[in-house]
Amino acid sequence: MPLDPSFIGRTYPPTEPYEVGREKIREFAAAIGDANPAYTDAEAAKALGHPDVIAPPTFPFMLSFRAAAQVVNDPELGLDYSRVVHGDQKFAYTRPVRAGDRLSVTVSIDAIKSLAGNDVLTVRGEVEDASGEHVVTSIMTLVARAADEAGEE
Amino acid sequence: MAVRFDEVQVGTELPAQSFPVTRATLVQYAGASGDFNPIHWNEKFALEVGLPDVIAHGMFTMAEAARVVTDWVGDPAAVVEYGVRFTKPVVVPNDGVGATIEVTAKVAALLEDNRVRVDLVASSAGQKVLGMARAVVRLS
Repeated sequence: MPLDPSFIGRTYPPTEPYEVGREKIREFAAAIGDANPAYTDAEAAKALGHPDVIAPPTFPFMLSFRAAAQVVNDPELGLDYSRVVHGDQKFAYTRPVRAGDRLSVTVSIDAIKSLAGNDVLTVRGEVEDASGEHVVTSIMTLVARAADEAGEE
Repeated sequence: MAVRFDEVQVGTELPAQSFPVTRATLVQYAGASGDFNPIHWNEKFALEVGLPDVIAHGMFTMAEAARVVTDWVGDPAAVVEYGVRFTKPVVVPNDGVGATIEVTAKVAALLEDNRVRVDLVASSAGQKVLGMARAVVRLS
């Protein structure tokens, strides 16, 4: 059954703050093999004008994805997560995430479309710091593939 | 050493890079990112859901492609927008070699406020794995 388009525009409560740790950034940078010193060396980050080490551009996805669980698991929406793939991902940055940030994410459903039997859900996450200043917007498209002809539905 | 806006033009190529991906890479990325979807580490599960083999996290591929841009500009904060479409999976066999993600990028448009749009091409095993891969970067 297609997703209910009346969910478009629905906004979920902001998430509890996530505190960004230097060592978490280091671990993430190591996992993507990125040796940019701005991620691990506070002095190098300061030389670029940042107050502390910053996180790689895709780091905020961890936060926005966790926040999107509110949408994915919303029983009223009824998304079948076993059929979901990540269709596309966009970030728009006001500033990089940095160590010491306490970030919360407010997610909204921007769009629900049906394309070739697939449900396409656009989820926007607004990431703000503890003072309520915007840090980054993360927009992800989730594609719930149509039930296939194997007779599962 | 920052790239200056007046040094680039439409068509300026960024240094291309190749990124190796093995099963160990994916396990490490799963741990760091918290994305433990078994399609990224469990071959049996991947085959059961119709994939050819274990595949890389899309967000891992997105992160590698970004390195071509951030290595070029130096300060990662210069990236003001970044987006990709996940078009094909990066298939990572358990053969001791794994896969390679090849990334090229070039300046596609000059924008206001010393910003440029960079278009990226990421491929693996001869297939494009990202679509609409674009970054907007503020130069000095």
